[in-house]
Amino acid sequence: MIKIHGIRGGIHPEGRKHLSAGQPIEALPLPALLHIPLAQHIGAPAVPLVRRGQQVAKGEMLARAQGAISAPVHASTSGRVLGIGQYPAHHASGLSVPTITLQPDGEERWHERIQGVEDPFALSPEAIAERVAEAGIVGLGGAAFPSGVKLDLRRKYRLHTLIINGSECEPYLSCDDRLMRERPDGVIDGARIMAHALGVERILIALEDNKPEARAALAKAAADWSGIQVVKVPTRYPMGSERHLTQALTGVETPARALTADIGVVVHNPATAFAVHEALRLGRPLVERVVTVSGGAIARPANVRLPLGTPVRDLLAHCGGLSEPEAQLISGGPMMGQPLPSTRVPMVKGSNGILALSAAERARPEPMPCIRCGQCVDVCPCGLVPLELGARIRAGDYEGARARGLTDCMGCGSCAYVCPGAIPLAQLINHAKGELAARARAKQKQAETKRLAEQRSARMEAIKRAKREAMEQRKRELAAKKAAEAAAKDSPAATEEA
Amino acid sequence: MQIEHAATLAGPFTRTRNSIPRTMALVMLALTPATLFGLWQFGWPAIWLFGVTLAAALAVEAAALQLAGKPIGRSLFDGSALLTAWLLALSLPPWAPWWIGVIGALIAILIGKQVFGGLGQNPFNPAMVARVALLIAFPLEMTQFVAPAPLFSAQASDLGEGLAIALGSQPIDALSGATLLGTVRTELGQGAELGTLLSDHFAPLAGVFGTASGSLGETSALLLLLGGLFLIATRVISWRIPLALLGTVALLATLMQLIDPAHHAGALYHLLSGATLLGAFFIATDPVTSPVSARGQLLFGAGCGALIYIIRAWGGYPEGVAFAVLLMNACTPLIDQALRPRILGRNRRGQPLEPELPETRP
Ligand code: SF4
Ligand code: SF4
Repeated sequence: MIKIHGIRGGIHPEGRKHLSAGQPIEALPLPALLHIPLAQHIGAPAVPLVRRGQQVAKGEMLARAQGAISAPVHASTSGRVLGIGQYPAHHASGLSVPTITLQPDGEERWHERIQGVEDPFALSPEAIAERVAEAGIVGLGGAAFPSGVKLDLRRKYRLHTLIINGSECEPYLSCDDRLMRERPDGVIDGARIMAHALGVERILIALEDNKPEARAALAKAAADWSGIQVVKVPTRYPMGSERHLTQALTGVETPARALTADIGVVVHNPATAFAVHEALRLGRPLVERVVTVSGGAIARPANVRLPLGTPVRDLLAHCGGLSEPEAQLISGGPMMGQPLPSTRVPMVKGSNGILALSAAERARPEPMPCIRCGQCVDVCPCGLVPLELGARIRAGDYEGARARGLTDCMGCGSCAYVCPGAIPLAQLINHAKGELAARARAKQKQAETKRLAEQRSARMEAIKRAKREAMEQRKRELAAKKAAEAAAKDSPAATEEA
Repeated sequence: MQIEHAATLAGPFTRTRNSIPRTMALVMLALTPATLFGLWQFGWPAIWLFGVTLAAALAVEAAALQLAGKPIGRSLFDGSALLTAWLLALSLPPWAPWWIGVIGALIAILIGKQVFGGLGQNPFNPAMVARVALLIAFPLEMTQFVAPAPLFSAQASDLGEGLAIALGSQPIDALSGATLLGTVRTELGQGAELGTLLSDHFAPLAGVFGTASGSLGETSALLLLLGGLFLIATRVISWRIPLALLGTVALLATLMQLIDPAHHAGALYHLLSGATLLGAFFIATDPVTSPVSARGQLLFGAGCGALIYIIRAWGGYPEGVAFAVLLMNACTPLIDQALRPRILGRNRRGQPLEPELPETRP
């Protein structure tokens, strides 16, 4: 058994996983329409390859990746492309983004080119990373970073360990738990393929100690392979943070501004591992995922496998609808998830849960003054002093907050969770981060404008100088001419006189 | 306020069930056994004094909020004024006249807290500000202690007499006695033998159960300790300040006793007498005026402990808890600046750590 190292801070929020953890994964019936956004990942949005009205098969690529960090999107089922246009995003802002709307034909006909690999381990690591990228796989734990890029890290870093992060430390969520219980072989196989791509021998699969069933299932599935260890970590939020889990398992701290890859570790989510398994063994791109639907305002909490692009509305209807119309809709967990403005928005690759919290669950009293109790300091997993950051941000001193480590905040929300004064610390901090980023952009823009203006005035200056020179040239010529003429006039006269 | 609005739209969407009123209520709950014991032990005069002090604090708080144009209801019942007055009352001589309580409450709430802007803003512990101010302004009233005369016992004064004592209209004819710390100090000064003094006056069991004379709520070490442990168990306070404080007092007392047993009593004496336990668990742990980081709290507790011991052993007063806490309160901003936690992934100077590769580890 490996030694579990301590991590700093953290909280023990009420798990409320019992609402959904007992529910086996069920498949969602095909919705009437699917809205598939072109940007479901971090990086450049995909570029459409289909036209309006085109018939597509399940798994057919709808839009291709562009640039170094990007991911393609595929048809989640067979059907007809109704349009390529703007549709509300799966995002707190509710802004519309480029989206392909697909009308399923109900046949679920796979694309004929879909084909698995006989032996993924015979492939080169690069070939695996390429296939994963082609399959449109991104981090399914919520980060949505293109997995192909993350599997290619061995070119730049000296790696030694792959960690499968099955801690699922957010309250309510149980989709990873269910996947690990029900498809342990797929998860293990995917992890082994990823380890092969990364060129590492050692795989640690970490689960919080509140998931004994998943742990047993994985241990059984992993028994045939050497180098895989299923590890129990304490239940504590945010154990699932990459840096913290890495520290708990290896005892090494990831330096600020660096990646876990800098200390030789790559962390992937079990659902991502499962998607890699399906992509390599069956050739299937990422067109579906498992999500948890839960919360006090959900009539029938469940774990649902759904085609990407499913409107949240259909998902909620499948789970019996909302028992409270005023429920707070959240994408993700209650700690780091974001509010959803509408049930029209589609489910995307990175969304691992839809919660509808009842008024009682989300109760947030009016903030009181800070009594300096220091609890936010105690729980901050990043070693910050949130009360100080909050005070500076409220005073508008964002630069001061930056000097006190604002940008080292991982946004886990533990400080806001624990504050007895109900001070929205994490929210203030996020706001300030956004503001600083906006300022940096504005500054960059300003610099750019200034550069352009300077270029322009330099150009104008050059033109002016050229004109002046030309003018002087002309003057000189004129003067020379005059002098010549004068000379000419003089000389005949002189001749005359002479 | 626009920021606050933007903020409330974002997560986290769940929070602890803890709140400031709940925290205050738990502290008062933890104080209740020792308080009830003190009230029972010192009878009606003490009950009157306690009631008057709390009522005065609420009245002053309400008036101050009104004056500052702040909403009264929410702040008045956040429990902070009540707790401040409660702690002040516990630190008063039990038969002090009513106006001591009123003036104390006035100082604590007005000068100790509201002039700085109210809850969370005061640099010094309001109850201790009041206690020290009273001690300096009214040295006589603040050092007249009585031997316990439990309610319903033969020596106890009845309701009316109690009121008269609290009103100050009836001279205290009960046995006026100094506290243990005071007696030992005075008589040591007069050349008495510490050994005989302690065997005459110091009964550890009396200190534990609280049957000795002393301030209203400081006598029962056992009940205060239980209350403190309750607060640690319910995570209202952390163990750091109390442990560092008590540990330092015990360490210094033991050390000095070893060096000079004729003049210095041991650890038990210092831990059980005076306001040591009340101070360690309930006063030094006041969140507003103590540091926020773990290391800061340890240093703060140790500083309080050291000052308590130094004042008791060599200072001008027999008791040093209030002074020690106030002095350390003054250091809190400095401690907070100097002892901040280390940011994850950075060294103490704030530079990113060097990446540690497997080769460098065994
Ligand atoms: S938890 Fe809240 S009240 Fe306590 S120190 Fe932090 S901000 Fe202040
Ligand atoms: S949100 Fe930031 S400041 Fe707050 S506890 Fe998490 S890391 Fe610390």
